[in-house]
Amino acid sequence: MCRCPRARLRREEASLEGTGVVIAFWSLAALTVGAALMVILVRNLLHAVLFLILSFVGVAGLYITLSADFVAVVQVLIYAGAIAVLMIFAVMLTPRASRDNAEGLLQVPALVLAGFVVAGVTFVVLETDWRLASRGSFDSTATAIGEALLSPFVLPFEIASVLLVAAMVGAIVLVREE
Amino acid sequence: MSLLARWYDFRDLGNAVGGLIDALRDAGAPEGLIYAITGLLGAVGILTFVGVAALINVWLERRLMGRIQVRRGPNRVGPFGLLQPVADAIKLIQKEALIPRRADGVVFTLAPIVIFIPAILAFAVLPWGERMVLADLNVGVLYLLALGSTTTIIIFMAGYASDNKYALLGSMRVIAMLISYEIPVVLALLAVVAFAGSMSLSDIVAFQQTHNSWLFFFQPLALLIFLLGSTVELNRTPADIAEAESEIVAGYHIEYSGIKAGLFLAVELVNAVAVSAILAALFLGGWWTFGLEEFVPGWLLFIAKIYGCYFLLILIRYTLPRFRVDQLMAFAWKFLLPLSIANILLVALEVFIWREYEISAGIVLPIYAVVNFTLAGLLIAGWGRVMGRQYERVPKHPRMVNEIDVPLPARAST
Repeated sequence: MCRCPRARLRREEASLEGTGVVIAFWSLAALTVGAALMVILVRNLLHAVLFLILSFVGVAGLYITLSADFVAVVQVLIYAGAIAVLMIFAVMLTPRASRDNAEGLLQVPALVLAGFVVAGVTFVVLETDWRLASRGSFDSTATAIGEALLSPFVLPFEIASVLLVAAMVGAIVLVREE
Repeated sequence: MSLLARWYDFRDLGNAVGGLIDALRDAGAPEGLIYAITGLLGAVGILTFVGVAALINVWLERRLMGRIQVRRGPNRVGPFGLLQPVADAIKLIQKEALIPRRADGVVFTLAPIVIFIPAILAFAVLPWGERMVLADLNVGVLYLLALGSTTTIIIFMAGYASDNKYALLGSMRVIAMLISYEIPVVLALLAVVAFAGSMSLSDIVAFQQTHNSWLFFFQPLALLIFLLGSTVELNRTPADIAEAESEIVAGYHIEYSGIKAGLFLAVELVNAVAVSAILAALFLGGWWTFGLEEFVPGWLLFIAKIYGCYFLLILIRYTLPRFRVDQLMAFAWKFLLPLSIANILLVALEVFIWREYEISAGIVLPIYAVVNFTLAGLLIAGWGRVMGRQYERVPKHPRMVNEIDVPLPARAST
């Protein structure tokens, strides 16, 4: 039950700068990367899924430090809430014997692929001209995203909904009893 | 009049903290420190409320359950049995908290602790008074939904780590139910958000204040869908198939004992308070009560509304029998989902007409209230008739694993 006068604190919230944000960023980054590392180091596949969820939550926190609150909440809702449940179902449907984060035959190809991804990301990071944005953060990102989805990006938005309907119909056809 | 003015100044605890901030700022404290202190004050306030509310709710729920079942309920410890929850808590702490030998120890211990995080975080965005919001997120409603969806995984952690078939069955039922009921609940709240034009809870309360009416009058169908959907998500009796005693003993917390079991029981009560608070803030005006908040502190009115909604939840819990799993699923997908989609279409049309023709709210809102109440009644009755005519799908005789001829993992390994 806080009794904070909103108008007064709004100003500090709007400009997320200073030591607090730096501490938040580094601890969230450590959480995200540490949890992501544990995903591949842990032997139990279900523990790996749980660490993955922790990593998703860390990424959501990083979005908040970028004052993208809508994206952060949607990250938790979709990745930690929905995708993780899907993964849990997939793990639970595999036999117990193969429910292990063991070394497999695909170790070398996976290493090569991961190497390519790391090289690509490093290249992009080094080559991009990182400039500070001239304007401040949005006051409310949800409104901006909603307006953008329904005016300039209305066609991709509608195509995505058609795709989702097709996926839903496909799922119903697959599981329907004859 | 000066007495009234002084009372007006006192009734809102926001003024006290505002004074503290001003004093700190005059003393030259850095902004970060002030921010941290106000945040801490709010967190302590919320934690106090949640702790006290959980204790009182144990007593309230058991007493009311006793009344409904024509008996007295706990009345021996303390006056009216008020100290019963304290005695229960002491008993639970004293008992040994067992960990089954084959359980996944860390996850097993972590689950009852972690489950409190989303439950308590939900209280951060609630508008307790005019300026009494700990974190006034502009995506408040979505934040509450996101917190609700994470509970699924924590319950699954408990069920999986117990290494017990009933626990696993219970947690799988929870997952299936939460995923099904999340959709109508999200769509019902989307209608509210579209009508009020904001996702921030304090803005929704402000909308109700400016239009001098509660959203309950415009969104009766959304209120009903949210109430039913959240009853299921709370695992309360008409829908407590996750811990149905007659089917799977105690569901996901079957292996828990001592204070760990106590934490699971407590978090259900905290979640029930959170759902009542969301109901009160979204549909019953939060702290705003037709001018009554001039004389009574807003947070007191809000708590009164929370307990009104909570009474409704208790009434539902102890008067309705339990659904079967397939009935509960069919109810979400065949009844609540079509109704919530119809509600969204209706709200979109109404908001469009309102904005496009720039009709003043005074003319258009009473019409909408009448139209929405009529349509809500017609839709529920009509759709209920349509669905009621259909024959119940008779469940097939369950096939044995041998008949399906799937190699069992144990057989495959030998």
